[in-house]
Amino acid sequence: MLPAMDRIAIFFAMGGYAAFVWPAFAVAAVVMAALVIATLHTLRRREREIAEIFKARPPRPGPR
Amino acid sequence: MHRFANPGRFMRMASAVLPWSTAATILLIATGLVWGLFFSPPDYQQGESVRIIYVHVPSAWMALFIYSCMAAASASALIWRHPLGDLVARAASPIGACFTFIALVTGSLWGKPMWGTWWVWDARLTSMLILFFLYLGHMALLNAFDDANRGNRAAAILAIVGFINVPIIKFSVDWWNTLHQPESVFRLGGPTIDPSILWPLLIMGLGFSFFFVTLLLLRVRSEFLAARLRLAAAGR
Repeated sequence: MLPAMDRIAIFFAMGGYAAFVWPAFAVAAVVMAALVIATLHTLRRREREIAEIFKARPPRPGPR
Repeated sequence: MHRFANPGRFMRMASAVLPWSTAATILLIATGLVWGLFFSPPDYQQGESVRIIYVHVPSAWMALFIYSCMAAASASALIWRHPLGDLVARAASPIGACFTFIALVTGSLWGKPMWGTWWVWDARLTSMLILFFLYLGHMALLNAFDDANRGNRAAAILAIVGFINVPIIKFSVDWWNTLHQPESVFRLGGPTIDPSILWPLLIMGLGFSFFFVTLLLLRVRSEFLAARLRLAAAGR
């Protein structure tokens, strides 16, 4: 059994392909996270704007 | 289907589904990552570089699946005037563009060590790049008009016409001699990938699907609010 540090180093080395494997996972993580953040940011802004409009002008009662 | 044509009913259904789809996304992607990075074996030819498969292939599946959803939603908006069709198409195309981008970049990062080049103009890679531009064109057309309805219509026509690219991508590896490897999962005669790699790959694929569902529900809600804001701004 190798010492823990060596096993961690071997894992991150990815058999010499570290320069390709980790950027691939990083790109996927960054793009997906950015999409989630942008989606939530826009959603919250629109919810605020709608709330402001209805505070100033209550919705007309109508058939649902 | 028409039960969900009422946006109010759709929003209530979305609120009920969201916590479950969020939990499924986190659980499946975490499982797929741990399995794929720690427990699945290296490939006997490609070594550890094969692990790129766990982000590259599910992203490429999503790129095609989301485009198909977008084309179906666009058709329902154009033909039946389904009120959710335009909202779904608007909500879906940025997600699809992101997955196409991930598939292209991770494919490039896989191509360099395995093929010796970042890019080749072979049929699979070129048709995927066209898919990326179709997504960008769709997003640009949506916002190219002052009248949102005209933007929706123009973008819907692009989405439907551009659907021809989806079977071309799918079968490009059979129809042309490509550097890209042939289909190894969804093929007649069953998958040719060993189960030790296939299982974490399918779990990641399922996780990415739930990620799409979760994000789509949030974005449809957001687009619904945007449409109401446009009506309010128009004084109606």
